[in-house]
Amino acid sequence: MLFRPNPSLGVPIYLQLMEQVKHAIETGALRAGEQLPGIRPLAEELVMNPNTVAKAYRELEHEGVIELRHGAGAFVSAHTRPKKLADAVRDAQPVIAATVKRLRARGLTDEEIRRLFEAELAASGRTGGHRA
Amino acid sequence: MPDSIIETKDLHKVYDGVEALRGLDLNVPPGSIYGFLGRNGAGKTTTIKVLLGMSHPTSGQARVFGLPVESTEVRRRTGFVSEEKDLYDFMTVGEMIRFTAPFFPRWRADLEQRYLRKFELPADRKVKALSRGTRTKLALLLALCRGAELLILDEPTSGLDPAMAEEVLQALVAHVASEEMTVFFSSHQIAEVDQIADHVAIVDRGRTVVTGALDDLRERYQRIQMVFDGDAPQTQFRAPGVIRVQRKGRMLTVMSNGGADAIVDEATALHPVSVDVIPVTLKEIFLETVAAED
Repeated sequence: MLFRPNPSLGVPIYLQLMEQVKHAIETGALRAGEQLPGIRPLAEELVMNPNTVAKAYRELEHEGVIELRHGAGAFVSAHTRPKKLADAVRDAQPVIAATVKRLRARGLTDEEIRRLFEAELAASGRTGGHRA
Repeated sequence: MPDSIIETKDLHKVYDGVEALRGLDLNVPPGSIYGFLGRNGAGKTTTIKVLLGMSHPTSGQARVFGLPVESTEVRRRTGFVSEEKDLYDFMTVGEMIRFTAPFFPRWRADLEQRYLRKFELPADRKVKALSRGTRTKLALLLALCRGAELLILDEPTSGLDPAMAEEVLQALVAHVASEEMTVFFSSHQIAEVDQIADHVAIVDRGRTVVTGALDDLRERYQRIQMVFDGDAPQTQFRAPGVIRVQRKGRMLTVMSNGGADAIVDEATALHPVSVDVIPVTLKEIFLETVAAED
């Protein structure tokens, strides 16, 4: 199963579902033009509220990630050509490697570097609204 | 259609000098799956009895479909499954269905066939010989097929094993997805409310302590945790929604029901080593609000 929101996380379920749809598109599991499961079958399969699925789909449409075609269902938007996650991660690796090397050269331990990264991610995640 | 399928205002009920309801307010929007959460004895069944016109409130108002709860029209449009799943033990499953259907002019023969198959109900088995799970499914079939616009369920999954409970929840979700209807169910199982409800009311000792859309509650309730270099400072947070501040050694934890942003801004000004925002689960909200009055 592509999507699996966890109701006991405390994060709104529609946000979890939106993230999972976006992730599926980023990884290429869902491609431009492909159809998403219908609201009713998905609600039944995940045993979750159909209103919640509908809300996630509406928000995704609002963000331009998917298109809702009346009567036909939901489709991954043809316009968005998201960079594949694997490519993005590969591009980021040298940047991180260089940063870590510089920090080690300044005498910071790996544990201190790890804490700095985590603190930065927590702080910017909050303001950027990218809380996973 | 009225804005609220179920609406109660300041509902009170006194039984033999015991206050079962002490100002219960509910607003159930149309099309919702509404979870009515509370401990045993919190007033859930009393509320349901009032909504079904079986018990008269001592004071306050209760309306269903915008109509007074005593109106027969309310009962015509409402399906109900009691916690005991009351059925006639001497009938077979088939007889029970044939006996019930003629009472309801809008009986849905198509749904009857669908749920007979889906629930794999044995038509010739006597009701008294049914397992608890099968009995629940039969009671649910009888409620779903009467063409009701509102379904009221008192502890629908109580006493069921997890697989059977999941099957019942799935049937509810599927039904709401295909028919225009509102489901109001009481429960003390937080996990199942979390799973299928989109709105929730937490009731404690006859009073609603939290109500709203679950997604809004999940966004509003947050825990902000700060770690300091030395002892955490004694500080007052001015941001709205602060429920509780806990200070323990180098750690300061703020529980909020007004989101995290304003508190994080105040927290940052205290120059902590770290600030973390941690989502609060429905279970924690439940324990927080129900315990807070103790």
